[in-house]
Amino acid sequence: MLDISPTEWTAIQLSLRVAIVATLVATPFGVALAWLLARREFWGKSVVDALVHLPLVLPPVVTGYLLLLTFGRRGAIGAFLADHLGIVFAFRWTGAALACGVMGFPLLVRPIRLSIEAVDRKLEQAAATLGAPPWRVFFSVTLPLSLSGVLSGMVLGFAKAIGEFGATITFVSNIPGETQTISSAIYSLIQTPDGDAAALRLVVVSIVIAVAALIGSEWFARRATQRLHGN
Amino acid sequence: MLRVDVQKQLGDFLLSAAFESQGRVTGLFGASGAGKTSLVNMIAGLLRPDRGTISIDGDTLDDTAKGVHVPAYRRHIGYVFQDARLFPHLNVLQNLDYGRRMNSLPDDPAQRKRVTELLDIGHLLNRRPGKLSGGERQRVALGRALLSKPRLLLLDEPLGSLDEGRRAEILPYLVRLRDEARIPMVYVSHDAAEMRQLATQIVMLRKGSVTSSGGVRVLATD
Repeated sequence: MLDISPTEWTAIQLSLRVAIVATLVATPFGVALAWLLARREFWGKSVVDALVHLPLVLPPVVTGYLLLLTFGRRGAIGAFLADHLGIVFAFRWTGAALACGVMGFPLLVRPIRLSIEAVDRKLEQAAATLGAPPWRVFFSVTLPLSLSGVLSGMVLGFAKAIGEFGATITFVSNIPGETQTISSAIYSLIQTPDGDAAALRLVVVSIVIAVAALIGSEWFARRATQRLHGN
Repeated sequence: MLRVDVQKQLGDFLLSAAFESQGRVTGLFGASGAGKTSLVNMIAGLLRPDRGTISIDGDTLDDTAKGVHVPAYRRHIGYVFQDARLFPHLNVLQNLDYGRRMNSLPDDPAQRKRVTELLDIGHLLNRRPGKLSGGERQRVALGRALLSKPRLLLLDEPLGSLDEGRRAEILPYLVRLRDEARIPMVYVSHDAAEMRQLATQIVMLRKGSVTSSGGVRVLATD
């Protein structure tokens, strides 16, 4: 039924790798930031909040171009990372992962923040009176109780990452086998005569992945509610 | 010995209280809104006084003039809240063990056995807090606080959320605790009958100030 060609497989596998790496690397940062936004008052909090949401409202091509300017081979951060740590983003799959991670970040942070806010601070106080310093309160009470929110954020971030197009193609272009994800492969196929069938196959694949991610997210959200009620 | 002399502005309500407690159970008595919970939160380190000092056995916990404020997790003061506050994602045994783990104390099965027997919660160890009755929850909360080996135990209306029958069921455990556990307690309540049964010393609080203190007899004069 779905007769997927090797080139298409390459794009699917690359998409999955890019989205998984983007999600796994972004999650610790997302959790830390979500905790800060949910639990701490600090100077410039609204600016940080706005910055986190920026990739959601900026045209993706702008985000991609900004990434190229900063993380490109001659960008301030890109040049430093390449010279000192040997990490290159420009025109590599790692760059695609960076672009997807940045684009998915707002979607990742939001559910985590909401679930941390939903954790009863009275439980955190109780933990403190039992001798738990703040970091242990976080790992033994706050994080376990918001775990389902973290997982649901990861699913949403992953779904965004796997569908990302504008920022990725702007930042790392559309190189088969290196930076050509499902989205950019579909884009190329639509431009090609007789590419319709292949494009449709990839469309079906992306629909399947997106629906699976949404169902997963719903399931985790339900688990979160149950957990908070102690069942 | 616990010494408290603190002031705290809470909205347009000024809490200004000073007392010393020597007895085994100091009853903090007053109507709701008298500032009892805020005072206990300050002793626990959950609330910071605007001015004043709190010390226990000569160990300063708060001294605003010197900028001293020991955080709650370093005070070794147990706290039993009115609403139990058991950790919903942990079972009863894990809840009981929490304070020991956080203080990196060695496992002490004998002590755990003593406490679970004293409170009659041995048969609940594998249950989640969501599956406990109100009275059971309060007993587990009491055990959890005791097992963190506190030097002082704060009880903020631990019977407040229970109905009449349940109260009568828990009160004997508190009396046993007073007579057997040898941990000084501060017991908060607005119920004079409870106070007469439990307290060895009374501090009377009204509208944020201590109006009288002394033996259980001061209850009669109110």
